[in-house]
Amino acid sequence: MSAVLASRGLGDRLTGLFWRRPNLLLLLLISPPLIWLGLVYLGSLAALLVQSFYSIDEFSGVVVPEFTLRTYAELFNPANMDIIIRTLLMSASVTVGCAVLAFPIAYYAARFARGHWKAAFYLGVMLPLWSSYLVKVYAWKLILAKEGIIGWAAGATGTTPILEAVLAIPGIGGNSLSTSFLGTWMVFVYVWLPYMILPMQASLERVPVSMLEASADLGATRGQTFRTVTLPLALPGVIAGSIFTFSLTMGDYIIPQIIGTSARFIGQAVFQLQGTAGNIPLAAAFAVVPILIMLVYLALARRAGAFDAL
Amino acid sequence: MTVAVEFSSVSRHFGAVRAVDGVSLQIAEGAFFAMLGPSGSGKTTCLRLISGFEKPTAGVIRIFGEDVSDVPPNRRNVNTVFQDYALFPHMNVADNVAYGLMVKGVGRAERLRRAEEMLAVVKLDEYGGRKPGQLSGGQRQRVALARALVNEPRVLLLDEPLGALDLKLREAMQDELKALQQRLGITFVFVTHDQHEALSMADSLAVFNEGKIAQIGTPEEVYARPATRFVADFVGSSNVLPPDMTQRIGGPAAWSSLRPEALRLAPAEGAALAGPVTALRYLGAGTRVQISTGSTEVAAFVPAGQPLPLPGQNVGFAFDAADLHVMDRA
Repeated sequence: MSAVLASRGLGDRLTGLFWRRPNLLLLLLISPPLIWLGLVYLGSLAALLVQSFYSIDEFSGVVVPEFTLRTYAELFNPANMDIIIRTLLMSASVTVGCAVLAFPIAYYAARFARGHWKAAFYLGVMLPLWSSYLVKVYAWKLILAKEGIIGWAAGATGTTPILEAVLAIPGIGGNSLSTSFLGTWMVFVYVWLPYMILPMQASLERVPVSMLEASADLGATRGQTFRTVTLPLALPGVIAGSIFTFSLTMGDYIIPQIIGTSARFIGQAVFQLQGTAGNIPLAAAFAVVPILIMLVYLALARRAGAFDAL
Repeated sequence: MTVAVEFSSVSRHFGAVRAVDGVSLQIAEGAFFAMLGPSGSGKTTCLRLISGFEKPTAGVIRIFGEDVSDVPPNRRNVNTVFQDYALFPHMNVADNVAYGLMVKGVGRAERLRRAEEMLAVVKLDEYGGRKPGQLSGGQRQRVALARALVNEPRVLLLDEPLGALDLKLREAMQDELKALQQRLGITFVFVTHDQHEALSMADSLAVFNEGKIAQIGTPEEVYARPATRFVADFVGSSNVLPPDMTQRIGGPAAWSSLRPEALRLAPAEGAALAGPVTALRYLGAGTRVQISTGSTEVAAFVPAGQPLPLPGQNVGFAFDAADLHVMDRA
């Protein structure tokens, strides 16, 4: 009998080719996504960046394709700064809200849920993602409206004064929940919550039980173990989740359009500037702001040691 | 004698599984105590009962006389060296060792000084700045040891401490652990499934089988006078002889054991034990010769240098009557 088996055709020839040239298979596998990311995504990003250094002729409304920082200077107008700061505060508070709500759920799922309960957890977290984002936002508009479920429940339980007191808080209150920043915040938190829970759960699942036991064994209380072991080890997941909630909130222009006040957010500003106003350079400059903020955020997280446990 | 750890009829059941079933034992202060048994025999659960990660279903555990039924792990003056070491990957070695002192509120300078001292004891000074991921398996184990010992526990628990190390390192660590224990005078309780480890390191040991203690004693007692068939077979793979066989070779009608090294080759005619050779296993220091006596296989350890029989050849085994150990319970 021969030491080499007979070739069985194309499959064997390809396997042989990839065995002789291991990099060839890798190249074939990653080149389509690389072309997509490199050309389509980074290309458009570069185009965006270039546009933001152009300006608009104030009389003719025509884009002047010459390098200038004038458009960026415009961002510092009080009206535009308002938009940026408002968006930043909303993104930060949505992220905190999501993190606080997500942690117990993720912790339960990672530590205690088994079998059917684990399936129920995944289903419960994913199910809202199956329905259209617009449908959910409009549903929330009805829930939060003055005549909605919350207002009705408050009336039925005699807690209307509490609801009114909350709505009377200056800055975040308003005529009804659906026309207040508080309402915008609630809907943002609801819509992005799964994006916080899933990475958190994945990172908590990777913390070995023996490490928590070691901490207790060495004399730590539950609180000390949480602060010095659980949280630092789960931090990459928390950061990953916060990147989702933070950047998704910063770029969204539909939720604040449907729920909230008439005050604008960055997403709305970009939408209006590139559409009706036709000011592409300023729209591009606005679009660069979230990118810069995310870069600063990641740099800070890195310095705080968030990625040490990766 | 002060009793460091005492179990009084302790049981731990997981549903229908009786992981630990009515165990009573006493571990003397300053002892190097081994819990030996196959996997699933309840030895690790016993260790976790001492550290507090498991609560007994029934019975009482006392540590230095104090009932610890309601004491959580963080308030027991007992520390554990975990099987997977469980070092914190986000802290460097010095902070890992100083962790127990940190959570007790010892100042940074003081705790790092004591961590450095303890690292010197386990011969890892100069390694304080490294991350656990940069250390070898043996070094990680020393860090785990230092991290436990820096708290000056009254009892140190070791869960399969040498399991993850290769043979050479394991032998070196056995000597080191033993020397360290003698120097510090702390009670060591360690869990192992390796009978050689238990016999060579412990000064007292408990053999576990199916959640119960099969025998407690010194290594010599357990090895030379196994109480049950299980102990005879598990510790030192002794020949276990049924009652009729014991009677045939001149003993009472009871189960008995014969150590392979107590048997020597003899002519088949007139030997108490005789039969064809079924297997020869070379062990370096000698050869294990197995014969079939009809109903039972019996093995003898023949030291290197002596002539060996061929497979299938009829041989006999001779022994001194004093070496036949009759077991009082089977």
